[in-house]
Amino acid sequence: MYKLIQIELYKIFRRPRTYIAFAAITALITIIQFGLKLDGNTYAEFMMRDLSSSITIDGNILNGYLVCYIMLQLLLVHVPLLIALIAADMISGEANMGTLRIMLTKPISRTQFMLAKFAAAAVYTMMLLVWLAILALFGSMLIFGTDDLFLMKSSYVVLLKNGDIFWRYVGAFGFAAVAMLTVAALGFLLSVFAENSIGPIVATMSVIIFFTILSTLNIPIFNAIKPFLFTTHMNDWKEFFDMKVTDTNESIIGSVLRPEKIINSILVLLIHIVGFVTAAILIFKKKDILS
Amino acid sequence: MKQLLTFIILFALHTTVGAQDVTALINKVKAKLDAVNDYEADGKMKTDVAFIKAPLGRVKVYFKKPNKFRLKKEGGISLLPKGGVSVNMNSLISTKDFVAIAAGESVVNDTKVKIIKLLPGGDNSDIVLTTLYIDEANLLIRKAVTTTKENGTYDIEMTYGKFANYSLPDKVVFSFNTKDYKLPKGITLEFDDNKKPETEAEKLRNKKGRVEITYTNYSINKGIDDSVFKM
Repeated sequence: MYKLIQIELYKIFRRPRTYIAFAAITALITIIQFGLKLDGNTYAEFMMRDLSSSITIDGNILNGYLVCYIMLQLLLVHVPLLIALIAADMISGEANMGTLRIMLTKPISRTQFMLAKFAAAAVYTMMLLVWLAILALFGSMLIFGTDDLFLMKSSYVVLLKNGDIFWRYVGAFGFAAVAMLTVAALGFLLSVFAENSIGPIVATMSVIIFFTILSTLNIPIFNAIKPFLFTTHMNDWKEFFDMKVTDTNESIIGSVLRPEKIINSILVLLIHIVGFVTAAILIFKKKDILS
Repeated sequence: MKQLLTFIILFALHTTVGAQDVTALINKVKAKLDAVNDYEADGKMKTDVAFIKAPLGRVKVYFKKPNKFRLKKEGGISLLPKGGVSVNMNSLISTKDFVAIAAGESVVNDTKVKIIKLLPGGDNSDIVLTTLYIDEANLLIRKAVTTTKENGTYDIEMTYGKFANYSLPDKVVFSFNTKDYKLPKGITLEFDDNKKPETEAEKLRNKKGRVEITYTNYSINKGIDDSVFKM
């Protein structure tokens, strides 16, 4: 099994397409960091224009932690596309090149073959997230320094102490890993149905866009199905950046406002991953391989 | 007619004597405050504003005559209500150009106090009206309610302890009105709408903000460099 995963990883990293995602993330993060370094204070002033009429805010607002948060907000919506580029190509790519039949002549079960393929896609997804973390978090910490994290929510603001932030990012990236694995699993499932890569990649993105719109629309008729859509839960990494308060409105350092929401979202996403991968294996096992 | 004239003269005399009394009291309070040329204090600041979630912060407060004042958070970001916190007792009564009006007596934290209303003489002052609650026996300002042109009205309540001889409080509580805070969800990228609508009582409570500073240590008349007050 380990050997199979190694082979699959070798194939992934031999393709130039794999590096598009890493290059895209590098370019996007560098541009955002460059822009914020040059004119970040104007951006911060714009964000705080309502608040600054009644509150004086003193300190290094635009520090590495805030820059990373801004980037995660923007990028974690688009990273699924980059993951779909590889995950949705795992089976359909082989079918397209006509290598699927040859591979299945080897003495391995189809389940093993599929699990190795998914494991390789998962490793790629993790590597992409680690790269994102290195550039967005550590890069920003290096360029902008660290300080307290001042976050503006839609109806309140949160001030997190410098020493109470890093573990939250570890949690948020861990959560994002599960969310992105769900996307990989969906792409992987859809790749079983096609014999070229474009179809599953576009289909994966279409499903994500469609579900995201349903998740964000505030129409009562859709509220009943929202908890079952994985896109509803994918953004819950932000829950790590909210704190509980005491009766006198004093924030409790080290607390998370709704830990049960995070656990629930992780469970929903894990169920989706297991469901998508199981479905992909079952369908593939019964599939007549003609290419 | 004679009776009416006598009443008017007596009333005018009483008012003049009363005004002289309260002005004398304020001057005594001011003289006590004047003993402090500068101070540096360590404190803990607690912010209680409905739309702000912030932990306790350590602060350093600097004051230098006549009314230089700076509150600095030790590292990190500080959120302070505009105007209010920078007001200290010296700035409230530092001006000589004011009209003092006696407004009766009251009790603040079990201490009998005299209520004095201060009206600034000039038009340029940001302060419109200050009501002082003065503990006459100890020459301490226990409470002040200040209305400003720019920053609304705020209450300042002081509790004194071991530095009462210098008129320096152990604890100061600022209460002020807050404005509504809302940011479009498109900017914050939050589309979760699980929040319950606020009740009327909650809305009313949310309009009041409080900043509480508990001082742990004062360093008085040791000299402070002017650069400390530069922002």
